[in-house]
Amino acid sequence: MPSPADVLGTTYPDTEPYLVGREKVREFARAVGSTDPVSLDPAAARAAGFADVVAPPTFAVVVQERTLVQLLADDRAGIELSHVVHGEQRFVSSRPIVAGDALTARMTITSVKSLGGNAMITAESEIRDEAGEHVVTAVSTLVVRGDA
Amino acid sequence: MTDAAWTVGEVVAAGSFPIDRETLVRYAGASGDFNPIHYRDDVAQSVGLPGVLAHGMLTMGVAVQPVVERFGAAAVKQYGVRFTKPVPVPPAGGVVLDVTAKVGAVDEAAGTLRVDLTVAVDGAVVLGRAQVVVGIG
Repeated sequence: MPSPADVLGTTYPDTEPYLVGREKVREFARAVGSTDPVSLDPAAARAAGFADVVAPPTFAVVVQERTLVQLLADDRAGIELSHVVHGEQRFVSSRPIVAGDALTARMTITSVKSLGGNAMITAESEIRDEAGEHVVTAVSTLVVRGDA
Repeated sequence: MTDAAWTVGEVVAAGSFPIDRETLVRYAGASGDFNPIHYRDDVAQSVGLPGVLAHGMLTMGVAVQPVVERFGAAAVKQYGVRFTKPVPVPPAGGVVLDVTAKVGAVDEAAGTLRVDLTVAVDGAVVLGRAQVVVGIG
């Protein structure tokens, strides 16, 4: 029987590069209510020393999502999306994401705990740029509800 | 801002943000999160929820905006939250996310502040341990 415990310690293959688009950054910024000119106006971003618009702090989830798809597709874990609740989320950045970045993500399952019939899975996705430099690590703790 | 003296407990930013079904649809498109519990009441109810919920990541993304307005998006070095209470969003009208950001700790050597967020809907806190580390150098 599949179990989330079976994927503990697994590192999944790098995701395909995600090209961060200017309009995607602006769309995301508006969707979270940002009014920061560096996220909305390329001229303001350049004046602040960035090559293009700067993504809001939680934008990395768009890239991280591609790794969580890998976890959901792993038959060893047997996780159904409808049973998943987001427990915790954290981002640790080396630098902001900027339009024009091509980002790949590599996820490792760092913790699996069982708690009253539920499983708590912690997945850390390291996001790097084309040069291989660290941009941000996105850490999710997912609560997978047991069949009840 | 480098010469500002920061006091632990000082409110550095605050804001109130309406969230309605249109907000959820926009966030779904912008983020690529198309889980139907964020747009279909029948699906949400079939998995034991009261109805459509705001995406946790939408709540997280909106809650940091007062800090972004104060310090800039590029200043945010770390940001973490616990999703402690779901945020149901009714089909008509909506809810308001009230955010207060206070200085939680000052690290002069690192040139950073830890800003602690209180994030509530109708007075009920919806995010736990919501902390942002921003550069002030």
